[in-house]
Amino acid sequence: MHLINILIQKLGPVLRDLAPIMGAILFFQRVVLRRELTHVPQLVLGLMAVLVGLWMLLLGLDMSLFPLGQELARQLVAAVGSSDRVAGWHELWKIGLLAFGLGFSATVAEPALLAVALKAEEISGGTIRATPLRIAVALGSGTGVLLGAVRIATGVPLMVFIVAGYGLVIVQTLRAPPQIVALAYDAGGVTTSTITVPLVAALGVGLAEQFGRPVLAAGFGMIALAVLFPMVTVMGYAQLARWWASRGRRTS
Amino acid sequence: MDWRRITAHPLARGFVHALRPLLARLRDLVPIVVVIGLFQTLVLRQPLPYDAGFVVGLALVVGGLTLFVVGLELALFPLGEQLAHAFAARGSLPWLVAFAFALGFGTTFAEPALIAITDKAAELAPKPQASGHAPTAPWTATDARAWPGALLVRTTVALAVGCALVLGVLRIVLGWSIAWLMVVGYALALVLTPLAPPALVALAYDSGGVTTSTITVPLTTALGVGLAASIRGRSPLVDGFGLIGLASLVPIVFVLVLGILWSCI
Repeated sequence: MHLINILIQKLGPVLRDLAPIMGAILFFQRVVLRRELTHVPQLVLGLMAVLVGLWMLLLGLDMSLFPLGQELARQLVAAVGSSDRVAGWHELWKIGLLAFGLGFSATVAEPALLAVALKAEEISGGTIRATPLRIAVALGSGTGVLLGAVRIATGVPLMVFIVAGYGLVIVQTLRAPPQIVALAYDAGGVTTSTITVPLVAALGVGLAEQFGRPVLAAGFGMIALAVLFPMVTVMGYAQLARWWASRGRRTS
Repeated sequence: MDWRRITAHPLARGFVHALRPLLARLRDLVPIVVVIGLFQTLVLRQPLPYDAGFVVGLALVVGGLTLFVVGLELALFPLGEQLAHAFAARGSLPWLVAFAFALGFGTTFAEPALIAITDKAAELAPKPQASGHAPTAPWTATDARAWPGALLVRTTVALAVGCALVLGVLRIVLGWSIAWLMVVGYALALVLTPLAPPALVALAYDSGGVTTSTITVPLTTALGVGLAASIRGRSPLVDGFGLIGLASLVPIVFVLVLGILWSCI
């Protein structure tokens, strides 16, 4: 009975979550463009799949990735030592290594990133190569998650990283090759998938709990840094590639 | 039995379509599982409690996300892309702007990662009736007043993405520079950050990254590329980009403003 109650509790909000996009599409199709809806059975079938899928996903996250992230955080902190001697830098590498690994590996295989990288190669006329660009983005998102985790462990305010990081982004924006700028901003956004976000959030919240920091202020922020640092590395790579190309021209 | 009629049936086509997204979701999951597995055997050297509930949950995540994407591809994406192209080609700026806003708002409101993360934050936020219990973290009086509720945060983020798409569309049509928009936006976010309640700052910056995944990116890209392609002198490659970047910037500003307003009243 308990399970059925949970099922019903979760299905209502899911219907509400989907209402705005369906309403918008129907309104613009029927009222504004005055077009008939075609493929109605396909539409209904698809909507049912979206509804059930979203509901299964949210149910499953509570059973798997959220507890996994928190359990990982617990074991990490247990391995690092008691939360009293938080600033043990020689032990923090374990937390950093896992955080970097998660950020890097989740990004490097991202299909949306491959598409963006190939377009970048095209735009730049070959100065920028797709594979190093993907590695640059993955390094950026790994570094972001790593800094986010170390920040939670050591209690450094998020502001410090945000101000430094976005300050750097602003300076780079004004200096980097103009064609790469829009792409670099998008590269930040595509690195976070629906599977990585809950795991990274749970890890952050778990770490904050274990280190006894305010969860809401300290536990979040890893995703923000995972979005920020790819912008830095992509523009940095474009700047390096331009410098490399101009140097090659001068010497030859 | 007419084999061709069966394979042409939407159900059969849906099944074939279902295999591809399933593989894509598994590919999302594999790097995470490999990293955690390696880390556990090499560094932590203790097992995680992988019980039956965990395995069922993981299957629900992969299965649910697959069904979600299949459903989107069957119902939402063809219609959404058609509409995006129709409005891009129609040349009526007010309707185009209205459509961009509705698209940004609707897709973000249904974005699974955003739902998951705001629900998580709501779980952790201090509840007024639970004041007698020992909180899981050291809360201060200002923290307790800082949390506006998951639904309000999500609505704010969705409004922000709607506005971001409006800005992005105007940028493509009027030829504004993306670099200046972003620099001004991030400068604004940096100025607002010290004014906002600390409990909400981290979530505000996270919400920027969370908005752009499963539903929002495909429809947004369709709008941007379709629009840049239909305007003379615009390159789909250069001008089509930047919408996602804006969609990750504007929510930061909006959630910070929400936090400031919420702590004032």
